[in-house]
Amino acid sequence: MIALIDYKAGNLTSVKKALATIGADVLIPDGPEALREARGIIVPGVGHFGATRALDAAWTEAILERVGEGRPLLGICLGLHWLFEGSDEAPDLPGLGLLSGQCHRLGVRHGEVRLKPDTTYRGVSDAAQPDVRNVRLQADVRSLRFQANIEIKVPHVGWNTLSLQREAAILEGVADQSQVYFTHSYVAPLTSETVAVTEHGEPFTAVVQRANIAGVQFHPEKSGEVGLKILRNFVQLAG
Amino acid sequence: MLSKRIIACLDVRDGQVVKGVNFEGLRSAGDPAELARRYNAEGIDELVILDITATIEARRALADTIRAVARELFIPLAVGGGIRTEADAEVAIDAGADKVSLNTAALSQPSLITALAERYGSQAVIVAIDAKADGERFAVYARSGQAAANRDAVEWAQEAERRGAGEILLTSIDRDGTKAGFDCPLTAAVSTAVSIPVIASGGAGGLGHFVEVFTAGRADAALAASIFHYAETSVCSLKEHLRAHGIAVRL
Repeated sequence: MIALIDYKAGNLTSVKKALATIGADVLIPDGPEALREARGIIVPGVGHFGATRALDAAWTEAILERVGEGRPLLGICLGLHWLFEGSDEAPDLPGLGLLSGQCHRLGVRHGEVRLKPDTTYRGVSDAAQPDVRNVRLQADVRSLRFQANIEIKVPHVGWNTLSLQREAAILEGVADQSQVYFTHSYVAPLTSETVAVTEHGEPFTAVVQRANIAGVQFHPEKSGEVGLKILRNFVQLAG
Repeated sequence: MLSKRIIACLDVRDGQVVKGVNFEGLRSAGDPAELARRYNAEGIDELVILDITATIEARRALADTIRAVARELFIPLAVGGGIRTEADAEVAIDAGADKVSLNTAALSQPSLITALAERYGSQAVIVAIDAKADGERFAVYARSGQAAANRDAVEWAQEAERRGAGEILLTSIDRDGTKAGFDCPLTAAVSTAVSIPVIASGGAGGLGHFVEVFTAGRADAALAASIFHYAETSVCSLKEHLRAHGIAVRL
């Protein structure tokens, strides 16, 4: 039995329908104690990271307990972000912290440009060093921090490709460059546990898996046969 | 790379798919669930169910039709036509829609965009804009193209984005049903003015029109109805054509 966590972040209908289609038993638990029966846990969700506030200490504890026992956990979209330490979308709210790193907004690149002393900068602007024109430099400035907006559409909506990084049980039977459906504005960072990367202005984690913990940025329930395959893989992991 | 989306629109009245020319003179084109199945098999990226007469006849989009279409589909489904309140949106989403499309109601009550975006997320809120060329600019029309809204299409799209819309569905009234091609100047004007995706609609008549709207028109997605309904063009052959012209698609 797969527990589908309802924390009022979007609509569970599609995920529930997809799981039913592949023959999985689904339970939407009323409270954390109902997780005891779960062979696998899915945290779905769309929308704002602030919605994860509803996953309070009791829920967090129950989920971590099951994960600690080796039960598989799958985060979808916002549910993936929640597996990390937090998100710039709601900086005061911690995530579950099973995966390290902070989620950030697509299309906003942070960086630092090193400057040589006693040099006049009339403007620094190219693809690698985004626009820092019209900046008046102080005599003692050695570097400049910038925040650049990359010219892409945000939210990232539509079908995009998965570039597989290495083998992972969650992607068993999924071909490299398969397309899946995304709809999101924030992304999870690339980590050593990233198993598939997608690009939209920048590369980001599309699929992550470490042992029994997995997450997907896209919506497998809306990604046709490829998505159903990934859900089947998860159900199989749950046994 | 993000693919350009091909979206099929099912204009539905009384549970049947119909398609009109310039919003009038409707003729029947079949069962929505059956068409949805065919499009899915052909590789459509997304579906829109539009209850085209709902605004005029004050009816809600039929939940039964949504359920029938959503039952076996695992691709995004949007529903529009007569969604005026949060309760209307709830009915559509509970029946299986992933997104709702607001048109007349968004114009008369823009706060509805924000209310729905806060409740379901921006990804669930499409603002549909019906526009007609007016000199150098584009004028917005409400009530299925019948009433001038006294709004500029570009400005209205920008406001919709600020208020929380996740996508713009932009229909050219001049081109709708004519098969004369998408209105590329209209689409490009709106698409370059907002950061959210723009779905071009109205006028698809041949494969070349889709190439035009994705290049000159700067569209993120293109929507068509009759070109697919009467099997004049299959989704698959359209996508092969686009790929041959260097446009990223899902095949």
